[in-house]
Amino acid sequence: MPILTDIKEILTGLSITFSHIWRKPVTVQFPEEQRPMPPRFRGSIVLTRDPDGAERCVACYLCSGACPVDCISMAAAEGENGRRYAAWFRINFSRCILCGMCAEACPTLAIQMSPEMFRCKRQVMDMVYEKEDLLIDGTGKDPEYNYYRHAGIGVVQPRGSSPGEQEPADPRSLLP
Amino acid sequence: MTTWDALDIALMLGKIVVLFAIILTLAAYMVLAERRILGWIQDRIGPNRVGPFGLLQPLADVIKMLTKEDMIPKAADRFLFSVAPAMAAIPAILTFAIIPLGAPTVFFGHEVNLQIADLDVGVLVFLALSSIAVYGVALGGWASNSKYALLGSIRGLSQLISYELSMGLSLVPVVMLAKSLRLSEIVDAQAQMPFIVYQPLAFAIFLVSILAECRRIPFDLPEAEGELVAGFHTEYSGMRFGLFFVGEYINIISLSALASLFFLGGWRGPLLPPILWFFIKVALFAFVFIWVRGTLPRLRYDQLMHLGWKFLTPLALLNILATGWWLALR
Repeated sequence: MPILTDIKEILTGLSITFSHIWRKPVTVQFPEEQRPMPPRFRGSIVLTRDPDGAERCVACYLCSGACPVDCISMAAAEGENGRRYAAWFRINFSRCILCGMCAEACPTLAIQMSPEMFRCKRQVMDMVYEKEDLLIDGTGKDPEYNYYRHAGIGVVQPRGSSPGEQEPADPRSLLP
Repeated sequence: MTTWDALDIALMLGKIVVLFAIILTLAAYMVLAERRILGWIQDRIGPNRVGPFGLLQPLADVIKMLTKEDMIPKAADRFLFSVAPAMAAIPAILTFAIIPLGAPTVFFGHEVNLQIADLDVGVLVFLALSSIAVYGVALGGWASNSKYALLGSIRGLSQLISYELSMGLSLVPVVMLAKSLRLSEIVDAQAQMPFIVYQPLAFAIFLVSILAECRRIPFDLPEAEGELVAGFHTEYSGMRFGLFFVGEYINIISLSALASLFFLGGWRGPLLPPILWFFIKVALFAFVFIWVRGTLPRLRYDQLMHLGWKFLTPLALLNILATGWWLALR
């Protein structure tokens, strides 16, 4: 009789839902509990340091140019040894869409995406992060890389004297 | 006719006020219980942020509903539109007047029935009130002047009328066994054995019918959010919607109470005090309502009508015949 199979199916369904009442919920209650995110997750933006502990950022404006929502701004400055750095560096997280284009654009791997999620704030001005808020102590994803060790600092260190660097080519001798 | 003195009247008023408060609180917490239990069924947690375990959630909901903008569509029939939510909620609340909540208790030297009105025709009054509740759905949908609301109310009308029939017929064997329409006597008739033992079929038909009567999933065709936006209360917002909502949940509680009166022996039970037994039984039925909602999908409209007219109603009639035969032969 089909009615008996129907009743059996309904009772099976009811028993399944009843058993689920006693299961542990899968909900992660976000601010209190956090799931560990995969290392390449784009949760927030950080500025990293090179292996020697100096700032990697050379204030080239490439991240700010790559940013589709124009949330990165900075001012470049030059140290006495000719080394460039950002006098100030600011990311407006209320505009940031965490697309990761700035990290792709960065030639010195200074700006990187971090899996740690940044929190929303009640005041919109609290979402504007300055360089001190963004700088971390570590090297981030590429611990070996040091831009200035490869490129040299033009004024003090002559071209071609860095390890693994060739002598600068003389453009006139290359003429056909 | 008994004479009434001031204390009697005070006790009666007290009963009404206390019952009213209890019903409204229970209905509010029914909403919370439903959301929590549905959450657990779906491996979620449910609302747990407002107060400990989310216990203040109903309060937050009420504040939200009361502070919402009160909107009446331009094309709506303003009078019927405003009256319809009350017409849905009032019969549901009135049903509680005939429900005996416990054994007669002595207060201040007076014996008090824990029942507001012990009517001779309690069962009929219940059936009449559940028929009146149809008007809330019908007029609410009609007065909204919106096609979704109208479709929902048409569905609601035909569904409620169809299932009223099987619900009423499934109660006939109970009345035959108890030999009374008075609810307190129906409870007394179950002193030895609850009627669910003699009438499992009537119980099953009644249970399905009250699910349909409450417009609950799987019979929530008047609302049918997947098809009709929100059915008959599409155009309602704020506390008018809240009144429909409260009415629905009070209806669940009152029908649970009646199911436990008719089939599980009402407040009768060993060891525990009568009121607690009654509460346990009502909570059990309320849980079944939520549990079924968490399990079954909505019926198609022709399936709903098929189940009501071609299956439950004939079955209930056969059940009456069988019961009558059995009572005559005994």
